Amino acid sequence: MRIELVKRKEHSQLMAMLSPLIAVALTALAAGIIFSISGHNPLVALYKFFIEPLTQQWSFEATIDKATPLILIACGLSVCYLSNNWNIGAEGQFVIGALFGSILPVLFPSFENAATLPLMLIFGAIGGALWALVPALLKTRFNTNEILTSLMLVYVASLILDYLVRGPWRDPDGYNFPESRIFSDAATLPEVFGGAMSLSAPITVLIAIILAIVLAKTLKGFEIRVMGESPRAGGFAGFSAKGLTLFSFALAGGLAGLAGTMEVSGALNQLLPSISPGYGFTAIIVAFLGRLNPIGIIIAGFVLALSYIGGEGVQSAMGVTNEIASVIQGLLLFFVLACDTLILYRIRFVSRHGSQGEASHV
Amino acid sequence: MFEAVLLTVITAATPLLIAALGELVVERSGVLNLGVEGMMIMGAVVGFAVANQTGSGFLGVIAAVAAGMAMSALFGFLVLVLVTNQVATGLALTILGIGFSGMIGEAFIGVPGLKIPELYIPILSEIPFFGPVFFQQDSIVYISFVLVAAVAYFLFRTRLGLVLRAVGDNHGSAHALGYSVIRIRFSAVLFGGACAGLAGAYMSLAYTPQWVENMTAGRGWIALALVVFSSWLPLRVVVGAYLFGAVSVLNLHAQAVELDIPSQLLSSLPYLATILVLVLISANRRLTLVNTPACLGKPFVPDR
Repeated sequence: MRIELVKRKEHSQLMAMLSPLIAVALTALAAGIIFSISGHNPLVALYKFFIEPLTQQWSFEATIDKATPLILIACGLSVCYLSNNWNIGAEGQFVIGALFGSILPVLFPSFENAATLPLMLIFGAIGGALWALVPALLKTRFNTNEILTSLMLVYVASLILDYLVRGPWRDPDGYNFPESRIFSDAATLPEVFGGAMSLSAPITVLIAIILAIVLAKTLKGFEIRVMGESPRAGGFAGFSAKGLTLFSFALAGGLAGLAGTMEVSGALNQLLPSISPGYGFTAIIVAFLGRLNPIGIIIAGFVLALSYIGGEGVQSAMGVTNEIASVIQGLLLFFVLACDTLILYRIRFVSRHGSQGEASHV
Repeated sequence: MFEAVLLTVITAATPLLIAALGELVVERSGVLNLGVEGMMIMGAVVGFAVANQTGSGFLGVIAAVAAGMAMSALFGFLVLVLVTNQVATGLALTILGIGFSGMIGEAFIGVPGLKIPELYIPILSEIPFFGPVFFQQDSIVYISFVLVAAVAYFLFRTRLGLVLRAVGDNHGSAHALGYSVIRIRFSAVLFGGACAGLAGAYMSLAYTPQWVENMTAGRGWIALALVVFSSWLPLRVVVGAYLFGAVSVLNLHAQAVELDIPSQLLSSLPYLATILVLVLISANRRLTLVNTPACLGKPFVPDR
């Protein structure tokens, strides 16, 4: 049997809706197989992984906490990927954003007033954007591959964080632990809706909605999509590829930096040698699962956040290693990419002896 | 002293060299596989696990090569048969590899490892200086030397190598001439996977004979950068790999002479050097454009 692809005359709208769902279903199936190979009841494990976190209040709130940075970072990345700019260094932009955002509470702890928090968030966004502009400038100026440079800067960023919390930014009263001082109340992101979530969640949803409108309804959104699909056509329309590279990297870095600042200010309350369980990389999966659409990304962010909480759940309840979470994340991205083929192509299974007439269509 | 430093450089350079050579062949066929890191880490963990269970380093290396090839087959199926986006699929391979390796490796954390034995080449190993440096190594180092010559010969002196480069430069014409673009690319991808798996085995069975989570620490990505650095020429990969080997052992030797530099700065040198080298190479358009495979990363769907 051979697999042939037949190009569709136009994108399949039905498949565009269905493909993420098929991908999630296939991932659940694959995860079930992995669970049973490692000697666990797959149905129980899948329930604990994907459903149980949504049934209890604390785990639902924890899921929102994890989904927030994923959604915010993925929104920025979607603009990069739509315009064919391969920023895979959001993890580093998140970290540097968190460092910039922590300048006030760590170095000027006595600066406590109503302006502290807004300034921190602005600093964080600026820090992330500056870090992201490095690969963007190298690409526009020297034609350097942005995939490799943006990734290399992730390693550099985490080493800078490590250096600061073990050296100059270490808490003077912290018994030599590699941690910064605890942020004051003025530098802590407040909780909203009766303590159900940090303020970061509504901010993130607001940004996602604004971005969705910008992408769908404005000239800038049109420019991003045209430059992604046909840079030549975009050039005739007067759009600048270099300008858009700088714009999309700065936006993605800014949002990742904002997410980083909100994470240290809201969830951690101080800087630690490691401040992210790989949000910047998981957000890449969120962006693709959400079909590079901010509204889709909100839903996809929840699905991936479940994998963090569910991973902890199956670990404590069934003794499955929580590495299973990153395996499931990787599988999910594979299935998402494979299913996206269905949008552009019909898949035809041709048996070796069969003539054209016997071919079955999917 | 110089001899000892050179020995550490060779051990640091070998995994980079092997992985980069594999990726060079893949990219020459027109496919960009960003999953080197994922295939390498899988090679490292599978190699360690099998060597640990069977007590045989040789079986460990074979298993690591097989693991790298299995990962690359997954990539090849998606990218070549289902025509998925190569950048995103390569990333997925890396994410999956890191996850799977953590899962398999959990049982082996802190378990003492097995080092593949050194193999002294008779007579040659007794030459002063050159002997100990080049001919008292483990077998994978020799394989890396052979691999350089073999890849260079294959690509530029054999008919099949010419076909492979043709597929990478113009898949449409190669297809029209009757060559099976997908089959040739798939073979190249499998070769890249085997090399990455071998490079991973070198990490966990020779470089540091133990399993540590994420132990490849970006070497797969540096190997990708080396391919660009080499402007797709095998002999230049050797230069690049040894240069990077030297940069990455700087940390070790700086600690010995007690320089007052933060260790984090030294640890970040290989990554900063990668960026610098990429900038220098890609700023030179003449150098890059001549050898870049013209169809690199472009999807191919045969029209029938």
